[in-house]
This record gives sequence, C-alpha cells and structure tokens, in this order.
Amino acid sequence: MNYAFDFGWLADYWPVLLKGIGITVELTLVGGALGVSLGIACAWARALGPGWLKPIVAAYVEMIRNTPFLIQLFFIFFGLPALGLRMGELPAANLAMVINLGAYGCEIIRAGIQATPRGQFEAGASLGMSRIQTFWYVVLVPALQRIWPALSSQIVIVMLGSAAVSQIAAEDLTFAANFIQSRTFRAFETYFAATLIYLALAIVLRQLLRGLGWTIFPRRTAR
Amino acid sequence: MSLIEITEVKKRFGDNEVLKGINIDVEPGEVIAIIGKSGSGKSTLLRCINGLETIDDGSISVAGAQLLPDELHLKALRLKVGMIFQGFNLFPHLTAGRNVMLSQMVVKKTPKAEAEVMAKKMLERVGLGHKFDAYPDQLSGGQQQRVAIARALAMQPIALLCDEITSALDPELVNEVLAVVKELASEGMTLLMVTHEMRFARDVCSRVVFMHQGRVHEIGPPEEVFANPKTPELKQFLGVTH
Amino acid sequence: MNDFTTWDILRNLLLAARWTVLLSIVSFVGGSLVGVALLFARIGKGRLGPAFAKTYIELFQGTPLLMQLFLAFFGLGLFGIDVPAWLAAAVALILWTAAFLAEIWRGCVESVAKGQWEASSSLGMGYLQQMRWVILPQALRVAVPPTVGFSVQVVKGTALTSIIGFVELSKAGTMVTNATFEPFTVYGFVALIYFCLCWPLSKSSQILERKLNVAHRNH
Repeated sequence: MNYAFDFGWLADYWPVLLKGIGITVELTLVGGALGVSLGIACAWARALGPGWLKPIVAAYVEMIRNTPFLIQLFFIFFGLPALGLRMGELPAANLAMVINLGAYGCEIIRAGIQATPRGQFEAGASLGMSRIQTFWYVVLVPALQRIWPALSSQIVIVMLGSAAVSQIAAEDLTFAANFIQSRTFRAFETYFAATLIYLALAIVLRQLLRGLGWTIFPRRTAR
Repeated sequence: MSLIEITEVKKRFGDNEVLKGINIDVEPGEVIAIIGKSGSGKSTLLRCINGLETIDDGSISVAGAQLLPDELHLKALRLKVGMIFQGFNLFPHLTAGRNVMLSQMVVKKTPKAEAEVMAKKMLERVGLGHKFDAYPDQLSGGQQQRVAIARALAMQPIALLCDEITSALDPELVNEVLAVVKELASEGMTLLMVTHEMRFARDVCSRVVFMHQGRVHEIGPPEEVFANPKTPELKQFLGVTH
Repeated sequence: MNDFTTWDILRNLLLAARWTVLLSIVSFVGGSLVGVALLFARIGKGRLGPAFAKTYIELFQGTPLLMQLFLAFFGLGLFGIDVPAWLAAAVALILWTAAFLAEIWRGCVESVAKGQWEASSSLGMGYLQQMRWVILPQALRVAVPPTVGFSVQVVKGTALTSIIGFVELSKAGTMVTNATFEPFTVYGFVALIYFCLCWPLSKSSQILERKLNVAHRNH
C-alpha cells in the first residue's frame, strides 16, 4: 500500500465539520425528545388505550420497524410533496427521526408498562384515580426506569442512523464529510475523522443519557 | 490417614474473612452434618472442598488428591467428590437419563451403552428408574434432586457433598430426598452435608459440626452436641431452631 | 409524459430486490461466521481475546453503518484495488453484523444460570466440555429469537449500500423515481417490498420468543 495519509485539510475545513456536528446534535436532541414522547403516547395507546386505537398504533409500529430509515426519509421528503406536504430538509429529517424513534420507543416502553405489577393499577384505582391518572402518576416513571437502558441504546442507534439524512441534503456531519472529501479528494481520511467524531458523540450521548437516568429516577424504586 | 483432610483453611471475600482456619478430618464412611446460622461459612466450606471456591490459605485433600487451582488437579479431586446443590442444577436441555450419562461419557469417556446401564442403575437406586426419559421440567423438585444425586453417584465418588439439598423443596418433598441420603449413609457412603434438618442430623449423622463466624465452634457426636451444647452460641442456635 | 405503468415500476423494483435479498443472506451468513469467532474471543479466557473483541464490538456498534460502508469502500481502494460497490457493501455489512450478533450471543451465554457451570464443574468437566455439552446447547435455544430478530436489521441495513452505489432495492427506487417522477408511488412500493421481506422475520422472532417463554415457565 503506497498511500500517504494526509490530515492537513482539517486545518481548513474544521468549521464545516463543526457545523455538521451541530446539526447532528440538534437533530438528535429534538428527535430524541419528541421521539420518546411519541413513544410514550403510543405505548400508552397500545397497552392501555381504547380498542379502536390499538390496531392503528400497531400498524404504525410494524410499518416503521420493518422498513429502512433511509426509505422512510425518502418517502417523507420526496414522496409526501405529492400529497401537498412539502417541507425543508431539516424538518423532514427531524420528522423521520421522531417517527422512527417513536415506533421503537413504543415497543420498548410498552414492555416496561407490561412489567408493572397488577397491584399498582389496582392501588391507583382504589385511590379513585382514573386510568390515565394511574398511568401518568403511578405506572409511567417506574416503567421508564425499568427500560431506560434499552431506550438509551435506541436513542444512540437513532443518532448513528441519522447519518442517512445527508442523502436528502440535510447538512449534518455526514453531509459535511461528503462535502469535504469532494473538495480535498481525501475520502478515506475524511470519513475516518467523521467516524471518530460519531464514536465520540455516541460515547458522550450514552453518558448523558445515563446521567439523565440518574436525575429522573433518583431512587431505585420498582425493579 | 483420613479420607478428607481439611487443615487450617482460610477464605476471604474482599475484606470479609468467611473461613478463619478450619480443621476437620473425615474418616471413610462418616456422615457429617454441618450446622450453623446463615453466613457462618458452612456453604463456603463445602464449595471449597469441591474447588468451586479457591482457598486463600491452608490445604484440603481427598483420598490423597490435593486441592490445587489448576484444571488437572481439580478434575482429579472432583472425580472423587460429588456435589449436590440446593438448586438441583440439572441440565434442563437433557432428559434425566442423559443428565446422568453426560459426565460419564464426556469426562470418563465411558462408552454410551455402558453409561446408559449405569444411568439406569443409579436412577433405580434413587427410585426413579421410570423417569429415564423425563425432562427436568417434568419432574417435581424432590424428583429433580434425586436425579441430581443419581448424576453424582454415577461418577462413583468416594464422598458426597450436600449443600442444603432440601432447602429449596416443599415440605412434603423433603422426606423422599432424605430417605435416599439415609440409604446412601447406611451403604457406607461418606457424606458431608450442610443442613437445617436437625432431626435428620441427629438420627443419621456420626458427627455434627457447628460453625460460627467462620470457625468450627463445636464438634462431636450428635447425641453430645444436641443434648449437651457447651457454648452459649450453640445453645442459642438450637433454641432458635427448635 | 412517462411511459412507466405501475406494473413496470413494481417489476423493476422486484428485480432489484433480488440483490437486497442476496446481500442480506451473504451478510448474515458471513456475519454469523465472524460473529462466532468474535463470541469465543469475547467470552474466552485470557486477556487479549476479550479485549480485542470488546473493542471491535464497541467500534462497530458505536459508529454509523454508513461510515463503515464509506470506509470499506474508500479503505479497500487504498490498496490499489478498484473496489466494486458490492464488495465494499458485503465486507462492511459482514463486519457490522458480526459485532451485533456476537454481542447478542454473549448475552445468551451469560443468561445460562451460574449453577449450570458449577454443576458441570463438580462433575469434573473442563471449560470446553462445559461449553460444548452444557452451556452452548442452552444458550443456543435462547439465541434463536433475537438472532432472527436481528436479521431484520441486516435487511434494512442493506438499504444504505445504495449510497455507495450498489444497485439494490433502494437504489432502484431512486433510479425509477428519477425516470418516472412518481416518488410517492415508487417509495411506497419500495417500503412495501422491504416490509414483505422483514415482517415475516420480525413475526417469527416474536413467535419463537413467546414459545421459549412458555417453555421456560415449566421449569
């Protein structure tokens, strides 16, 4: 292999990378927060919601979990305008991530809800709470605590998967890398650097989520 | 020379010294009950004799085989001493018969036909000849424990270690297991058992070891230990359990 | 303005889907082989094996599959070979699949109760004998549902190979869209075909899981 590695381009292009990192982080934060919220709502609907809602949510979850994120992205960005739903790259990317995480989050959170001891629901009812009140005040937090590690992993997976949004020209980290390598012709080094940045982001995100878990669930309650 | 020689055995878990110098010699054919509160180190002692825990100090030998922490010595030792666990630990993916055959075939390289004959014989011995093809999850707890005994016996050990083997059983299933153990004792098997069954200890054992805080606190024939406890700790222990 | 009938669209997509299926199978089989090696390195005794396997798994699970595809594509190119897209795609997907399968399987091996190790030890079995006769047969049963479940991720993962130019279902979707200007229909069909490939796998994974749980309850 006669190849001289050259990372000199970094000096000129780090602002581009930085901007890309910013977008990736922003997408992850928004997608993560809204995606988990959607996941909670869907998990409630599937586990405890009205009968007519269950099959609809189930269909959504199955549809998303059995198709590639890239295609969901293309469908939203290229396909939906045919129905008059036109949006920019970033909103489309965000929407795709929320919908994606919402479906996976739904299944994960639902497992946490289903592990709730029957007595918790009965205790809530016996105190005169409505089903939704019981869910919100009694069931949800311990359920989230139970599945927090799995949910955290899924959020990291969605962050790593967001690399695909570069394909609809959302200017994330991967988009920045594509841009840089097209200018410098240093493809391997550029993607290598981007990969390391993603790795660092994944590690930081994992720690943040762990810390967040400690903050939301300060005491070890229901196991 | 005694069959099992336990000399000045010490075992530490972190800062916690669980065994603080244990000395017990076991003669062939003896049946020894080890009693004591939980945390007194009695289970740990048994696990050390089988090499499931490494010891920090002292020595253990069984019929001349030294306990040393390498696979060769461990294997030699384990071929002489069988162990029965509180939780049975049958292999769930194998039938009762296969459970008894496996180690003969894998460890001793016994031909399959021979191992099968031995397995049938041992299952008969614990009264479960008819359960040869049953899977563990189709057996009651008492039956599972008897299969575990048959599995250990099939290796033809010269001593058996029993670690609270009836503690996980429903009360009505305890006797069928104890009956098997009693039978083994009467046939001259050397037995070391950690147990909470005081009546059984009194009726069947040749000696009783009372462990307290990592030491052998009292040792002697059951009539002496149970009728005449010398130390306040043993008095209290017997008072509590009776 | 366009001469494509719906049937033409679907036919082209289905033809391309063959490559999605083929790449999925290659990745899954290759990934399983590499994954087994990784698994044994990960759970084995010694220091180098577990450390290597752990780092490997962390790297492949902590970076985007898309980056791995780029690195395979341009990295193999550094050796002076003209790398066809399918080769880079297969290499990256195999290595990526291996990391996830090894980690799934490690969980299965560790889920086998500690008492099984102790009982087989007390019967005189050595490490390899325990593995072969006691631990792996039990781990294998537990491993089937999540392994089938992960195959869905592999199929979906192949979509990203379109970005390095491998012509499979997703790439065909883009190409057909560019010819027909009917992204809604085309990507709808593409999604449907992926769904038809993945859903049976997801469903069987769930059913297998349920069966396993029922079997477990009898213990």
